Amino acid sequence: MAVIELSNVSRAFTVTSRTGFRRTRREVRAVDGLSFTVEPGEVVGYIGPNGAGKSTTIKMLTGILVPTGGSIRVAGVDPSRNRLKLAKRIGVVFGQRTTLWWDLPLKDSFAVLQKMYDVPRARHRENLATFVELLDLGDLLDVPVRQLSLGQRMRGDIAAALLHDPEIVYLDEPTIGLDVISKARLREFLAQVNAERRTTIILTTHDLDDIEALCSRVMIIDHGHQIFDGTLAHLRASQSAPRTLVVDLATSLPPIEVPGATVTKVNGPRQHLTFPTTTKAAPLLAEIAANYPLVDLSVAEPTIESVITQLYTPTPTS
Amino acid sequence: MGVYWAIGVRSFRRFSTYRIATASGAFTNTVFGFILCGIYLTLWHERPGLGGYDVSDALTFVWLQQGLLMPIGIFGATTTVELGERVRSGEIAVDLYRPTHLMLWWLSVDLGRAMFQLIVRGGAPLLVGAFVFDLKFPSGALTWLAIALGLVLGILVSFGLRYLVALSGFWITDSRGTEHLALVLSLFFSGTVLPLVVFPGWIGDFARATPWAATLQVPIDIWLGRNPGGVGAALLFQLGWIVVLLLIGQLATSFATLKVVIQGG
Repeated sequence: MAVIELSNVSRAFTVTSRTGFRRTRREVRAVDGLSFTVEPGEVVGYIGPNGAGKSTTIKMLTGILVPTGGSIRVAGVDPSRNRLKLAKRIGVVFGQRTTLWWDLPLKDSFAVLQKMYDVPRARHRENLATFVELLDLGDLLDVPVRQLSLGQRMRGDIAAALLHDPEIVYLDEPTIGLDVISKARLREFLAQVNAERRTTIILTTHDLDDIEALCSRVMIIDHGHQIFDGTLAHLRASQSAPRTLVVDLATSLPPIEVPGATVTKVNGPRQHLTFPTTTKAAPLLAEIAANYPLVDLSVAEPTIESVITQLYTPTPTS
Repeated sequence: MGVYWAIGVRSFRRFSTYRIATASGAFTNTVFGFILCGIYLTLWHERPGLGGYDVSDALTFVWLQQGLLMPIGIFGATTTVELGERVRSGEIAVDLYRPTHLMLWWLSVDLGRAMFQLIVRGGAPLLVGAFVFDLKFPSGALTWLAIALGLVLGILVSFGLRYLVALSGFWITDSRGTEHLALVLSLFFSGTVLPLVVFPGWIGDFARATPWAATLQVPIDIWLGRNPGGVGAALLFQLGWIVVLLLIGQLATSFATLKVVIQGG
């Protein structure tokens, strides 16, 4: 049974703008007709440009924002009507905000959380020991949170969100501002938690490496509409972002002429050509090798960034 | 309930880490105590028995007031100011993701703060004042009990007011204006500018009926034994305001979480 179910969910905000004494009211639909389900244990990457409606969705899923249309069930309940009850079964991490208490040592925050979520003491000790080891928090427990570095604080926040064995965890840009090593460690940890505890993870991020490392499924939202839902491989294949062919010639030449490809850049003897995914590379190569002094070559697949950029740009039709 | 006690204790501990702030605050209170004593001595010399206070009452009022300003939160308190900032910045979302009641949570945080400031620095100005002036001290266990109760109730009334001010940010996008207005009202109607007993006629009656009177003036009058209707009525007056304010607070919390946009991503 699905752990998260949205059917035709919308959320509208009234925006009042003032020019002099005149007030105009305008309705903005942050989320418009969103439907999807998530199964237990899935890791879903939820991405979209700024203002696409990601945070609005998360707020509705956690029950702090009421949808203006449609219905939501999370873990079998309506989130906004059962916010406090649901809160015990979910974990939330904001990359840019902390749930920890600023002026108190890290371990004090963990102690309050045990009481807050009524975690049995033995279970709390066990979880804490696990997370302290996996996230390397041992030396940080006695340090006031305000003295922690961003990466250290983030690890503390992640542990805090998972101490009560939540069924679902929402991670809002958990790797924002972290260095490469911290990011890798965090991803590894999250993958392990998901594998061992079957925790459902919803991850919003702008870092597509997070998605590649963790998510079996990607959902893309833009202007409040869902524009993609599927696997990463499917996402790559679905889009016709052009591929790039880089050829090194024996000498510098003016842009070469090849049917089916166009030269985008000339750099001495090296020329860059783009061609659509529908065109096969082999005939192009044969053509070039036959007419020009070809020395070396490479073909580049479109990056996931370019695929998504292409998805964002056209106005979507829902 | 365990979580509220736990966070209250943490809040107490948190404020105990601000040693320099505590010391400098108590010092400032003491300096102001001497300045106000100068003014009050002149006033009560010109008008003996003003408002039913004798000179010793007036001076005791000054030192009690200086000790209680911070614990009661007459100028606002760090805790509820932080709550206001969280509403403004949208960080309040973090609080709403918790399985705890927003008002009870912040009440516990505020009580932890108030208890620290009451116990550690509340008595400091009074001790200094007592060295220099002839001050009144209550006698009898029952009076001390009534004072303790009156102080706790005063803190609760003050919290009720400050909580509403902080939540106002849900509707007016910036609660700082409300905070300034609340400060002016609090300074005047709590008896911080002048004891409310000195105001004559309907202005005095009105001032003494406001919730701000229940924060500072009432507990001090319990100490001095000067409550117009006796100690029982004074405590009931405080209790009445607590019920009203916390009910409005609970209502505001429900409205805020249901209706209003949580600001920022």
